[in-house]
Amino acid sequence: MVTGALHRKLYRDLWRLRGQVLAIALVMASGVGVLVMALTTVESLEETAVAYYERNRFADVFAQVERAPEHLAARLRQIPGVQAVETRVVRTAVLDVEGFEEPVIGQLVSLPEGEALRLNRLTLRQGRLPRAAAPDEVVLLEPFAKAHGLDPGDRLRAVVNGRWRELTVVGIALSPEFVYAIGPGSLMPDNRRYGIVWLGHEALQAAYDLDGAFNHASLSLLRGTDPAAVVDRVDRLLEGYGGTGAYARADQLSNWFLMSEIDQQRTLSTILPTIFLAVAAFLTHMVLGRLIAVERSEIGLLKAFGYRNRDIALHYVRFALGIGLVGVLLGWFLGYWLGLYNTRVYAEFYHFPFLLFRPGPQAFLAAGAISLGAALLGALGAVREAAALPPAEAMRPPAPPMFRRGTLGRSGIANRLDQPTRILLRQVIRWPGRSFITTAGIAMAVAVLVVAMQWLDAIEHMIDVYFLQAQQQDVSVGLAEARSGEIERDLARLPGVIATEPMRSVPAKLRHGWREEREALQGLPARQQLYRVYDAEGRALELPPDGLVISTMLAKLLDVRVGDAITVEVLEGRRPVFDVPVVATFETYIGSPAYIDIHALNRLMHEGSSVTGVHLRVDALERAALFRELKSLPRVSSVTVKQAAVQTFRDTMAETITIFVSFFIVFACALAFGVTYNAARIALSERGRELATLRVLGFTRAEISYILLGEVALLAFLALPLGCLAGYALSTLIVGAFETELYRVPLVVRASTYGWAMLIGGLATAVSAFLVRRRVDRLDLIAVLKTRE
Amino acid sequence: MASPGITLRARGLGKVYRTGDVEVHALRGLDLELASGELVVLLGPSGSGKSTLLNILGGLDTPTSGEAWFLDHELSRLDDAGLTRYRRDHVGFVFQFYNLIPSLTALENVSLVTEIARDPMPPREALELVGLGGRLDHFPAQLSGGEQQRVAIARAIAKRPDLLLCDEPTGALDSQTGVLVLEAVERIHEELGTTTVLITHNAVIADMADRVLVMGDGAIHDERRNAARRRARELTW
Ligand SMILES: Nc1ncnc2c1ncn2[C@@H]1O[C@H](COP(=O)(O)OP(=O)(O)OP(=O)(O)O)[C@@H](O)[C@H]1O
Ligand SMILES: [Mg+2]
Repeated sequence: MVTGALHRKLYRDLWRLRGQVLAIALVMASGVGVLVMALTTVESLEETAVAYYERNRFADVFAQVERAPEHLAARLRQIPGVQAVETRVVRTAVLDVEGFEEPVIGQLVSLPEGEALRLNRLTLRQGRLPRAAAPDEVVLLEPFAKAHGLDPGDRLRAVVNGRWRELTVVGIALSPEFVYAIGPGSLMPDNRRYGIVWLGHEALQAAYDLDGAFNHASLSLLRGTDPAAVVDRVDRLLEGYGGTGAYARADQLSNWFLMSEIDQQRTLSTILPTIFLAVAAFLTHMVLGRLIAVERSEIGLLKAFGYRNRDIALHYVRFALGIGLVGVLLGWFLGYWLGLYNTRVYAEFYHFPFLLFRPGPQAFLAAGAISLGAALLGALGAVREAAALPPAEAMRPPAPPMFRRGTLGRSGIANRLDQPTRILLRQVIRWPGRSFITTAGIAMAVAVLVVAMQWLDAIEHMIDVYFLQAQQQDVSVGLAEARSGEIERDLARLPGVIATEPMRSVPAKLRHGWREEREALQGLPARQQLYRVYDAEGRALELPPDGLVISTMLAKLLDVRVGDAITVEVLEGRRPVFDVPVVATFETYIGSPAYIDIHALNRLMHEGSSVTGVHLRVDALERAALFRELKSLPRVSSVTVKQAAVQTFRDTMAETITIFVSFFIVFACALAFGVTYNAARIALSERGRELATLRVLGFTRAEISYILLGEVALLAFLALPLGCLAGYALSTLIVGAFETELYRVPLVVRASTYGWAMLIGGLATAVSAFLVRRRVDRLDLIAVLKTRE
Repeated sequence: MASPGITLRARGLGKVYRTGDVEVHALRGLDLELASGELVVLLGPSGSGKSTLLNILGGLDTPTSGEAWFLDHELSRLDDAGLTRYRRDHVGFVFQFYNLIPSLTALENVSLVTEIARDPMPPREALELVGLGGRLDHFPAQLSGGEQQRVAIARAIAKRPDLLLCDEPTGALDSQTGVLVLEAVERIHEELGTTTVLITHNAVIADMADRVLVMGDGAIHDERRNAARRRARELTW
């Protein structure tokens, strides 16, 4: 029995309270927006990745060996569940790009000549593939080519197995294998200093003396095959050929990064929308409760006319749904737009050849259902109250609210308060629930701000600890394979080199009980001067003469404690297996490294002094000369310049994080605004009469605004520090949820972040208070006095 | 424009309410003079403009035409801040619906005004004047309607206003309680010599006035002087 009149009342109520409706809808829309953004981003990144992987036949299992004869490919193909096998030569080399001073690290990857790629197919963007028997024709990975402005026809030089080779670019391509192209020892893709170069298979075999052999295999599996089983079989097969351990697609670096990014989006879709929707539910509760209190006599009248409780309940449920609908619609638009934007940012970052952004209805329906559910939940209590009002009772005017002297007695400080302050304080005490919601809402806004801005703090902190304090070298030189320690002396003689420090990295499987991790053992001098082992507190660690110092992350993965022994299975050379005790653990943000004294490592490996890399401290003035020399050193496979690494890290982070931070600042402001606006408007509606009376009695606008907004200000004042605490707690939660094996974002919140969060939260509060203040100024004195409420 | 003995003076007061295309002429060229210390009762049918007039005289509203003077202040020229000042310093209001602040006790409701007044009486004394010396610490919810109205009167007179304006102060009360409230008004008028205007629909109450004005259609239709004022206590209806 819902009549047209009731519908009209619904629309009029929604319109009359549009400010409040909109304020709640904005909060809700923020939640819906983040949810839809995250879900659609996840959906389209996954869909794009799956389609890309499928179209280009991205392999399922990968294996690196030292040298394996070609006929082994047939054996690999026979492993049950294997569909196709592609064998390749993959090597790292130093490239020289004209006009770029620093040496560039190139990953050289072979292409079968005269036949199509079975797996990991390229998407050619320009030009063509190398011709058979054209050993100097290469295809470049597009982002790398773009970063250097290289086009088909251009040339670059590479030190291939110790010899300079002049290469001609014939094509530009993308590959599912290098969606995230990250150089050795880097944390972020740096398209200027790291690139993928495809060459003919035979050319590369010849260059590295691998005739009739390969050093890298990719396998695709039949649907439903367990990759772990295949990995085991591959490992056994390649063990005698210097296999460093096969790994499944899930552990392939590029894919791993992509998937953890998608996971982070998923995390995002749970925590933040929950906050916004919960606050929106509380606000709905507040507004509806107030509306019903005002309309008591109307409700009684309707009931007296014969409306059923159900009709009344439905009417107010519709009101809540009306708010929810506005929020959901706004949120859908916002979410679609943000999702598209977000996916584009990622797609650009990951260089997908195409982008599938066609979100299905699920994300929208899910977000819509959850938000309307939140609105309904918020409406529940108030609606039940309305339905339960007996008609006679409802038509009696509500008695003035009961106040008690309580804590605000006539003694002590209370005596010195003026009356407006008393009104204000009693109001807060009289409605503790409402005061709590307002405080909690503003506090959550501040908390979201703290969370958003702590990312920036964390990144600065990571840069500071990881790059600036720990790493004192300017340049790190990586060698193609382990060499005698004499090379350190050779490098020390190069122009501009002030100090050197050796390092020896050994690929290994680390085992403890049934747990196993692939992690390189890093041998460093006991007291490092350049590349220092730092823990998260910024203490330099000295390596003990024997035993491992491992990161807490690795300790967790292997479930070891100090004193336990780890079995190390070396994956190169003679493949020794030995047990080493863990002597210490340390906290680090990046990776899960294991360090050992370089002499101890050499001893365990049964080798004399042996290094795989040398860190250099360099005189900045002679950098150019040094780079020239390094580019032509035969055994060098990589050169990493720290300053560039820091810059890349900053730029990449700035690109992605800054956008997020600004989104969240906007959302948090919407939250603070919505909460304050509603609190103040409800207070105004309840006390308009009281305030008008005060105006009549000769109080100025400023004075009555003080009573109304002073209450909000007081609650906000409480909320700001509470918000900082909540922000810290929330950051802990989010940092934990975002933790990956690669890096943990440290929980660092600078004092200035708290300051900014409080300032921004306070400003958003002040703006909405200002809007309400304008209404206070327009209060119609006479109208309010004419009628009893 | 100040004339000796005249507190309030209005010349050709007009008030037009415009709602959309409809114009309501609430006051049409009304003239009025109130002598200091006078008690005037304003009668008239509903909608004749009584409240409108009182609101203008009390500085709650401004006329559309004509002028209103309080001593030598021209009310019709004051801006919002000026009107606030005027109300704060000179006017006491009593309304039909008491308009007490629910979160303040009786004493605090009175202090509310004395705290911003120039030369107030102690709030306790004001409450004693209206016979509520024993209910200082009660909140409005703990007082009867008549008691609440008397608190409202105490609040209006505690600042020792020059002008006491009451719009149907007994409208919501029964006759016995109404008399109590009128006694309070009368006592304040006599003890403080406050110029008082009292709107009522109850012709009996007119007997306690010095002068009775009858409004009709936005102007003063009729005026009469009571030869002798009756005590509020003697009134019944
Ligand atoms: N805000 C307003 N908008 C439009 N018209 C108004 C407004 N306030 C008053 N009026 C009109 O002005 C006229 C005078 O109103 P006023 O309130 O002064 O009457 P009153 O004599 O006090 O009546 P009552 O005895 O019923 O209180 C009425 O016709 C009324 O409808
Ligand atoms: Mg009236």
